[in-house]
Amino acid sequence: MYPNEMELQWSILIVLYPFITGLVAGAFILASLQRVFKVEAVKPTYRLALLTALAFMLVAPLPLQLHLGHPERSFEMFTTPHKTSAMAMFGFVYLWYLLAVLVIEIWLEFRPLIVHRAASEKGLLRLFYRVLTLGSTNLSPRSLEIDDRVGRFITVVGIPSAFLLHGYVGFIFGSIKANPWWSTPLMPIVFLFSAIVSGIAAVLLIYIIYCRSQKIPIDVPCLDTMAKYLYYAFIVDFSLEMLDLIHRIYVADESFQSLDFMVRTRLYASHIVLQIGLGTLVPLALLALTQMRQLSIAVRQRMYAVAAALTMVGIFAMRWNVVIGGQLFSKSFLGYTTYKMSFATREGLLPALIVMVLPVFILWALVKLFPPMEEEGAASSHSPHL
Amino acid sequence: MLRVPRDAEHLLRLALLFAAGIVVFLVVRSLLVPAGFGELGHFRPGAILANQQKPLHFAGRAACDDCHAENATTLAASRHAKIGCESCHGPLAAHVADPDATKPAKLDAVELCSRCHAELPSRPKKQPQVEIVAHSEGESCTECHEAHDPTP
Amino acid sequence: MSLDRREFLAQGTFYLMLTGAASEAWSFIEAGKPQEAPGYNVQEHWWAMFIDVEACIGCGRCVDACKLENDVPDEAWFSRTWVERYTIPPPDPLHPKRELLPIVDSPNGGRNGFPPLEHPVEGAKSFFVPKLCNHCAHSPCVQVCPVGATFESPDGVVLVDKTYCIGCRYCVQACPYGCRFIDPRTNTVDKCTLCYHRITKGLTTACCEVCPTQARLLGDLRNPADPIHELLRTHKVQVLKPNLATGSKAYYNGLDAAVR
Repeated sequence: MYPNEMELQWSILIVLYPFITGLVAGAFILASLQRVFKVEAVKPTYRLALLTALAFMLVAPLPLQLHLGHPERSFEMFTTPHKTSAMAMFGFVYLWYLLAVLVIEIWLEFRPLIVHRAASEKGLLRLFYRVLTLGSTNLSPRSLEIDDRVGRFITVVGIPSAFLLHGYVGFIFGSIKANPWWSTPLMPIVFLFSAIVSGIAAVLLIYIIYCRSQKIPIDVPCLDTMAKYLYYAFIVDFSLEMLDLIHRIYVADESFQSLDFMVRTRLYASHIVLQIGLGTLVPLALLALTQMRQLSIAVRQRMYAVAAALTMVGIFAMRWNVVIGGQLFSKSFLGYTTYKMSFATREGLLPALIVMVLPVFILWALVKLFPPMEEEGAASSHSPHL
Repeated sequence: MLRVPRDAEHLLRLALLFAAGIVVFLVVRSLLVPAGFGELGHFRPGAILANQQKPLHFAGRAACDDCHAENATTLAASRHAKIGCESCHGPLAAHVADPDATKPAKLDAVELCSRCHAELPSRPKKQPQVEIVAHSEGESCTECHEAHDPTP
Repeated sequence: MSLDRREFLAQGTFYLMLTGAASEAWSFIEAGKPQEAPGYNVQEHWWAMFIDVEACIGCGRCVDACKLENDVPDEAWFSRTWVERYTIPPPDPLHPKRELLPIVDSPNGGRNGFPPLEHPVEGAKSFFVPKLCNHCAHSPCVQVCPVGATFESPDGVVLVDKTYCIGCRYCVQACPYGCRFIDPRTNTVDKCTLCYHRITKGLTTACCEVCPTQARLLGDLRNPADPIHELLRTHKVQVLKPNLATGSKAYYNGLDAAVR
């Protein structure tokens, strides 16, 4: 190891960031399936997927701020972004996606509810909804039609924006020529597809949990369709990752010996067991079974839930293996170091757990403020029970 | 004033809100960008000055010649001619600034000489090196070698 | 138009004051812009380092001098410069296809010299390699800094703006030579500055100053009289990791193929 390589630079927080933005991008892609690609079966999850994306999006900058040596200077990325740096794009891509895509789309979608509650609620909540109406209470059919058209346009713009939001993270890693574990043009694409997989899995799980908690019957075709798309996306994602692996083994350049040893020893549990085994092969097998056999809905639902949960663990493991794995070996290809994760420090396990749990609470608040399954105010063409 | 259809008025308000946000951003940005940023490259030019203004700890070999001319002459004619004074005597900028306030530390000959002359297989063969203990028979190196003219 | 004397005096004074105010304001603006060290013109220099592996004796004085000169934290994993010892086992005639990995060690960065190897290898090829920031002309670390806190000065030295660095560590990841680290006291990036505060005053770097065998030599490529030109012309010179095309300006004489 070069002396300066002993300590890892990027901690578990940097593992979390791509995981979280991946969920955002994936949830949005699922929502766009209905809005743009007219896969009507998943309509019941449209609003829930948007709210999920927003909940995770709000938390996304937190691990980064905790990691920075000088978070109080992070505004510099907005004032003097270095155009050759992929990381400098973060500030603008994030703001664009949050404000111009997510917030506007959610606002347009929930406008009837907002206007209705601005009149019916009391106290602080009333003020909250009134501010959100931007002073306009117009819910005429023509205005809703305009909302729908604009919303569709935003979703169309939102799809490449979601790709950019998560793809640039892949590029941050993929463009580091100094690190052979990261440096591959496949990196942004692998990141993106694993994001789609994790996003669909997350919304699938959240949908099941939400329906159970609200005692709403689960829309079975919706669930089946989500699982189907999860399956397809997973096959593409797995193929891409296998392509990367096979290419590395075949080409066997000077870094291969060192990386191979690292995967077999340091990363055995997280890569072979968690990411490939439990996180990819088992969910794929479960999903394949549901696609090929006739199983009862109760059994299918359980298999979907298990598959989705394992998928999310697997995608997290993938982020771990990329970020941490890329720092465990020396650029001299002759040595290895270890990651000592502390618990209650700024970049330790405790803040990481808090960051992971925070979006759940935010989502809980969001579904209270903007119930995704209820019909309020004037009929919206996206109300799930129309 | 352009006529916005009444049914799209809320969108106009939204657009105005965004426009206001962009204006605020641009104003704040102009206040926060450091003076001169971007003139020499994508960095704050003051950083070049900041990097130039660090304190010196090593004085450089030329600084010793003024007061220690005799040692300098001896050294220049010896096999140690190419070695700077501070290579063995440590950082002496403070001593040059105020010779009486800071004196260079006393050096332990065996430890110092071994650093360069202890035999190591990795050292180039042209470097004079010996197995120190066998060579010195326990004595200090300066018994036979004068540091500024080491030929015995 | 004609002016009478009074008008002329009034207008003249007015414009004089305006000029005075303007020059005052201009000097205020100028004060915000840095002046280089007096007498030093950044456009006249292009700094590089010549390292002779065949001359390095592994004494480690350079590492020690750098730590003292530049106030670097003591621990080994904060190194602006360090020395590595390579020990390459001889080929095994019974297993010619087996790859022979070199043994590389750098105890405390080489700061206290090198003790003999615990398990000496018979017949090995062995040498020392000093390492430092290569001050790349096409530096990947400068390319990835999101805010412009690290940069290449007009005289070819890659520097860090410690008041601007946000501590994201992207540059540390991007450096192929492992020469950057985070200073725990300031939470910003630190690295070899080629003793910028010394070379702009006509001195040489701390490491070159104390090197007893001239294994390290600072060079100014823009100065036609600098000895580095002759050295580069007469020696077989390499840079580390040439396949990455970093434009490295640390030129090594006698660099073995095994060195990474």
